[in-house]
Amino acid sequence: MTVSTKETVSAGKASASKAVLAIHRLLGESDLSGERIDRFFAEHTFPVVEDCSVTFVYRGEADAVLLQHFIYGLETSQPFQRVAGSDLWYLVQELPEESHLQYKINVLHGEEQNWILDPRNPHRALDPFGANSVVRTRGAERPAWTRDDPEVRPGEIVERTIDSTVFGEQRLVRIYLPARFRPTRRYPLLVVHDGHDYLRYSSLKTVLDNLIHRLEVAPMIVALTDADERLDEYPNHEPHARFLTDELAPELERELPLRAEPAARGLMGASFGAVAALSCAWRHPGFYGRLLLQSGSFAFTDIGQHRRGPAFDPVVEFVNAFRRDPGRPSEKIFVSCGTYESLIYENRSMVPFLQATGMDVRYVEARDGHNWENWRDRLREGLSWLFPGPLWMVYE
Amino acid sequence: MAAIPKKAGLDDNLCPMPALTLLGPQRLKPTLAAAFDELDVTGTVAAVTAGWQEREAEVEEMKEHLGRPVVDLLLHRRGEEVFAEDPVLFRAHRARQDRLRKMQQLYRYRLDFTIQPARELLLREEDPELLAPETEAAIEALRRLDAEHLERIADVYRTFASEQPPERSSALMKQRAEVAEVLAGCDALALAGGHVAVLVNRMRMFGIAALATKLPVVAWSAGAMVLAERIVLFHDSPPQGAGNAEVLDHGLALFRDLLPLPHAERRLRLDDPYRVELFARRFAPALCVPLDPGDRVSRHRGGWRPGAPARRLSPDGRVEDLEAA
Repeated sequence: MTVSTKETVSAGKASASKAVLAIHRLLGESDLSGERIDRFFAEHTFPVVEDCSVTFVYRGEADAVLLQHFIYGLETSQPFQRVAGSDLWYLVQELPEESHLQYKINVLHGEEQNWILDPRNPHRALDPFGANSVVRTRGAERPAWTRDDPEVRPGEIVERTIDSTVFGEQRLVRIYLPARFRPTRRYPLLVVHDGHDYLRYSSLKTVLDNLIHRLEVAPMIVALTDADERLDEYPNHEPHARFLTDELAPELERELPLRAEPAARGLMGASFGAVAALSCAWRHPGFYGRLLLQSGSFAFTDIGQHRRGPAFDPVVEFVNAFRRDPGRPSEKIFVSCGTYESLIYENRSMVPFLQATGMDVRYVEARDGHNWENWRDRLREGLSWLFPGPLWMVYE
Repeated sequence: MAAIPKKAGLDDNLCPMPALTLLGPQRLKPTLAAAFDELDVTGTVAAVTAGWQEREAEVEEMKEHLGRPVVDLLLHRRGEEVFAEDPVLFRAHRARQDRLRKMQQLYRYRLDFTIQPARELLLREEDPELLAPETEAAIEALRRLDAEHLERIADVYRTFASEQPPERSSALMKQRAEVAEVLAGCDALALAGGHVAVLVNRMRMFGIAALATKLPVVAWSAGAMVLAERIVLFHDSPPQGAGNAEVLDHGLALFRDLLPLPHAERRLRLDDPYRVELFARRFAPALCVPLDPGDRVSRHRGGWRPGAPARRLSPDGRVEDLEAA
């Protein structure tokens, strides 16, 4: 354990002065030989994060090098500068504290573009489209509760098929059972959209295991659902809502020790999954007492047409209808969105509508993008608010 | 510093136990057997695992570790049986707990506002001569709030005791007699952790502290917390809320000079001297003792003896060896 004294705390506060960046110190030297650049690489980890400045580097022959990132509001491509007389390219990008950025490096040879992961950055995030390199500035470190902890008792995932009359087929649902699951106890139920992706890209099982072990989230049963065609089933789809409400939830409540009451029933989703969660609760008001909506694709139009493509047509239809007549779909609703997402405007716009329904609404922003790590890193705040665990009362 | 007003009423007639050891959490680094060895306990151990609630009876691991006969008192299950047989007592108990919960919420509301000045004053760097009395007054306001809360809680218990004396419930008396009989055949008591409110309620219900006054006791986590004069809930970095330590209830008051802090490494910011100082000064004169895995302190000649490297939160903001205290 590191123990600070009051003197070291004060000294820490005072030392936050602006320093010359490592790359600028290098460029100020007379020797920019290959050996010196080799040493520079050996002396640092990349990208170099210094307060709010991030230095990206690339080494190699190219006609141009670009940073391809996903921050809405900045130019998507940021050009690197080449250090004259060398094969070193660099780019200094200002990023505020608590920022999480996913990116690729685009190496151009003539007309040919080659998007690559940053070869000097070991931190990567997976998503359904592959992987991106990751950089985090101070305050946005990956939370410990997202990592596997050998001390934590693991829960279990079992597979179950639901005979769906609504869809006229069997649907596979993965069921998370918490560690120390006991049939004599009653658990809340959380239904997750894009369950497989949450498991794979947001470490959802690890997160649930950790937060339940830490007593921050109530031991719960989680139904991890997936759509056959999410672009059809998630935006505004009455059969999807009926499947969850009239088939899945009742069957699980018959077969598992669940607390069959709104306060113990939740829906969760990200992006189109958040739209699905909200539209399902809206169609069945009073059934789901807890909603966790992450970076919802809540596109709407006040006038004219939207510009997000045809996949958003049903979304806009639903969100416009919701904004006209929101009703009171749930009791407590947690909404999160990244300020680097294009959807930040839509999510902010939803907040007053949600609040006007009389629901207990919590809205959280982070300097993050539309990605699975953002959604993972907000889960502690959302789940512990919607389904608080016995943290204050249990000392084992 | 003003003295903490002596609490009224609860368990004041209890004698100190002959031997008492407090341990850190037992799951990953069990030291329970070693603690009983040190107390020369070779016979049957009575286990109180009511804090585990529906998992109360799952004591196989403990039995295996102890290598001694273990009898589970099953206080949680017995409590449920009493409530099922005596609906009058059940309703009265539930009404009492509802009242206590509401009082806790109101206390929390006042606590939010009372703790803020103390935190801010501790962080200020001004003339110590001016600052010290203001800081002390702010901490004293906290102590007073805690004491008032405990007084109100004591009133609730007194009312409950007068309206629902145990003798009125034949179901309770029957279970109490059974527990007393089981305890009479035991040589020591092991108090496990778990849900601290459930544990202290069940122990009160069955009068365990009074029944076990002659037995050596080893307690860990919530089990240690309920034996103190006050039960203090704490977490410096909860996912929700400000992380203000709060007084929950009277403990069974087997000791008054130590406040056990299980899982302190995980729950408290021990590297934050301002938080450490506030915690230690607020709950003084009790020693605030972290109980992490491997930690052990024993009652010895009216004081406390660390059986392993043990620490305390110091009023100057450090975490120091208990022996230095």
